[in-house]
Amino acid sequence: MNENRNFLYKHRYLIARRIVQVSILLLYIAGNAYGWKILQGNLSSSRLFDVIPLADPYATLQLFAAGTILATDVIVGALIIFAFYSLIGGRAFCSWICPINMVTDFANWLRVKTGLHKDEWQLRISRKTRYWILGLSLILSFVVAAPAFEFISPISMLHRGLIFGMGFGFAAVVAVFLFDLFVTKNGWCGHLCPLGGFYSLVTKPSVIRVKHDADKCTLCMNCKNVCPEKQVLWMIGKESVFVSSGECINCARCIEVCNDDALNFGLRYKPNKEEKENA
Amino acid sequence: MAEDKKVDREKRKFFIRTLQGLGLAALGGSIWSGYVAEAKHDEVVLRPPGAVPEEEFVKKCIKCGMCVEACKNRENNPDETKQTATLRLAAPGDHRPREKGKYIYPKEVPVGTPYFVPREIPCYMCEDIPCVPPCPTGALDPDLVSSVKDGKKVLDINKARMGVAVVDMEHCIAYWGLQCDACYRACPLIDEAIKLELRRNPRTGRHAFLLPVVYPDVCTGCGLCELACVTEKPAIFVLPRHLALGRVGKHYIKGWEKQDEERIKGSQGIQKTITPRSEESPEDYLNTEDLLDE
Repeated sequence: MNENRNFLYKHRYLIARRIVQVSILLLYIAGNAYGWKILQGNLSSSRLFDVIPLADPYATLQLFAAGTILATDVIVGALIIFAFYSLIGGRAFCSWICPINMVTDFANWLRVKTGLHKDEWQLRISRKTRYWILGLSLILSFVVAAPAFEFISPISMLHRGLIFGMGFGFAAVVAVFLFDLFVTKNGWCGHLCPLGGFYSLVTKPSVIRVKHDADKCTLCMNCKNVCPEKQVLWMIGKESVFVSSGECINCARCIEVCNDDALNFGLRYKPNKEEKENA
Repeated sequence: MAEDKKVDREKRKFFIRTLQGLGLAALGGSIWSGYVAEAKHDEVVLRPPGAVPEEEFVKKCIKCGMCVEACKNRENNPDETKQTATLRLAAPGDHRPREKGKYIYPKEVPVGTPYFVPREIPCYMCEDIPCVPPCPTGALDPDLVSSVKDGKKVLDINKARMGVAVVDMEHCIAYWGLQCDACYRACPLIDEAIKLELRRNPRTGRHAFLLPVVYPDVCTGCGLCELACVTEKPAIFVLPRHLALGRVGKHYIKGWEKQDEERIKGSQGIQKTITPRSEESPEDYLNTEDLLDE
């Protein structure tokens, strides 16, 4: 009983993330299948409660690059999403919404469980590759006059596929899964995905951040082992600061595995009590 | 000195890494753009009403599928389970007609974009056009399917130009002299978009041909005629307008239409080339000695 509760506690964010991911997906599916008006469309662009437009800012950017004038709905929608992640949520899209996250997390889990993961067996790819792909996608969108990444995105193919019918789209999803399983740990989400790259670049100022308390840290390095973007945890055991890199996806796995309460979610820019007293 | 060398090496490494990145980007970019340039183009795809021209449509469509959802969940969907509808969102590899070779089917609809196949499910031309207003990007433009009524803009499905119906006179059995007016009766704009033309049948000498004739200026391309056609492969079918229709060029002006004639206004007329010979009249030229001698 106690152990059971401990397991739940140790996976509280993971469970919450899966619930959020799946229920958003189900709401979209119901939007198409039953005409529910809670979430209509898909992650590229949608309408919340039949009023509020939402849109993928990266997809919108590609449409702009393709050279077209867009209607206000999609621009407003893109700005809303952009503002939410860049000012509040951080790169939470990747870990709380994106359906590919479930695929790659599963690949990662299998990789570690089966002992497939050995550092020296990995194909090493620079984590900067995603920024190259991001830049390239915008240039190509301009050159071929069509949103370049939207034509090959496994994220859209999976999400659209689940709502509207998959076709051969599953092949792209299997490709991502196998790549993450056999080739590189966190290969797609942490190295290649330009949407992740886009959010990494723009979510630096966000308020919700993981906070590290170096005084409590016992240097067990559980957090670094579990983190899909290790480089953001440079401060572990060194400095008590917020994880400020835009590459952090706010998945909270580090918080869960920490046995010393040295990592927690916090709000940046919160007025400091001491400062207030001094003032 | 040693310090300098180290910096140099760092610089060199950075330089080489950047070049490597460029090389890979060029290689990947050419494959990627080659694929997209190919995949964004389907010659025979039919788009929802109010769609902007195909080139522009591919740029604007964000692939959200809200038009498809609106089409599926509309009240008058003949499929009461609402699992099928006219509009569908193209999935990768979505090029399998229900019956092979029996009707025109698009090969590679750009992934994630909406389209329809009239022989399977045509557009029923809902008067309230549920599919167009939800479009967030303007790929489906309400202005293209609106007309002004009492000074107010109202949606008007008859203005849709999704394609145009084309009759294959060789295989249309009405042109054989058999009695069939399935397409004519199916047409939502009966006697406007399809009219029946009467002609004597010289083969029998005592019967009439009742020939369906499409009027492309009225035809919306809904495809109800294509669905209704009784032949094995339809003898009347919808093609995208850019494929089926010609173009006369700007220099033709309909002198009998006031609006068209307006276009001449402000025109400079034809620029003449003036040479010394131009001063003489054409008759003088034709009567010159040189020509008479020959």
